[in-house]
Amino acid sequence: MVYDDGSDPLTAPRTSGTEGRDGFPDALKVLVAGGFGVGKTTFVSTVSEIEPLSTEELLTTVSEATDSLEGIEGKSTTTVAMDFGRLTLDERHVLYLFGTPGQERFWFMWDELSDGALGAVVLADTRRLEDCFSAVDFFERRGIAFVVAVNEFDGSYRYEPEEVRAAVDLKPEVPVVLCDARVPGSGIQTLVTLVQYLLTQTPAPAPAPSHGAHS
Amino acid sequence: MAPPALPQDGPWLDDAAGRLVRPYTVINGRTRPSAPLDLLSMVVPTGAVSVAHMGPEHTQALGLCGAGPTSVAEIAAQLRLPAVVTKVLLSDLVDCGALTAKAPTFRHHPTDDQSLLEAVLDGLRRRL
Repeated sequence: MVYDDGSDPLTAPRTSGTEGRDGFPDALKVLVAGGFGVGKTTFVSTVSEIEPLSTEELLTTVSEATDSLEGIEGKSTTTVAMDFGRLTLDERHVLYLFGTPGQERFWFMWDELSDGALGAVVLADTRRLEDCFSAVDFFERRGIAFVVAVNEFDGSYRYEPEEVRAAVDLKPEVPVVLCDARVPGSGIQTLVTLVQYLLTQTPAPAPAPSHGAHS
Repeated sequence: MAPPALPQDGPWLDDAAGRLVRPYTVINGRTRPSAPLDLLSMVVPTGAVSVAHMGPEHTQALGLCGAGPTSVAEIAAQLRLPAVVTKVLLSDLVDCGALTAKAPTFRHHPTDDQSLLEAVLDGLRRRL
């Protein structure tokens, strides 16, 4: 094996401060979520330093028991495309932005995508605010920190962030910002808000027992 | 078995039909990489092993790794192959010593690492 250490690379704990010493940058992940057509791809592509890329995951899905075709396995393979972009922060840190698949039936994928993510940006369109509810629910349930960014579409009524907060029923500490996904500076400012928010969060009191880590 | 002649560098593509070799044919129907790779695992060529015998997709995948560390996701996108297929190709290259791989550091409590967050914040602000 030519892994950089002898242990399982997916579970091996790494000590903070050693990143980059082996020549590998630390790959970080932020998710960009929201309803269909809310501007996730635009957000990712304007912030990314590379042409936005798309990768496909092949997924085996077991369909709901709505079909009555006896004897036929309700199992199919689906291809889901994920847009992503890259932002090199410094020689040791590279941030990847992943646009999450919009369709809710692909949400089981989010588990893999959200694993180890720093946080998330939930894009909201005030004309269809309800489209972001499920993303908000997902991140709240998983304990993943997120900011809500109201994408300002031309022709949409301008709401105050506090109005959006009330409508989505967000916790008071969750930042709500206005952004224009077409403007790189606006997207980066949204990410700045997310990281500032993360910095205000108190560290987790103890490692989760399931990880078996010692403090 | 003599290795087949491989005149072209990339996958066998047709303008109208697209890729002429089905994705899973490239990896002989395997669906699991031999090494655990995440979309954000970083790979870097060792430069030590020739992979000419492994086929055009392996050669192309190795070529896309470039000189510096590259993420699995980026290679998958450039290859235009599903991530699972790409992971199998790359794990072959890890197994034969052509690539070194490093898994991403997953942070289940990112707020614990204030110095990391400060570094991310500084990096973002430099882009404003």
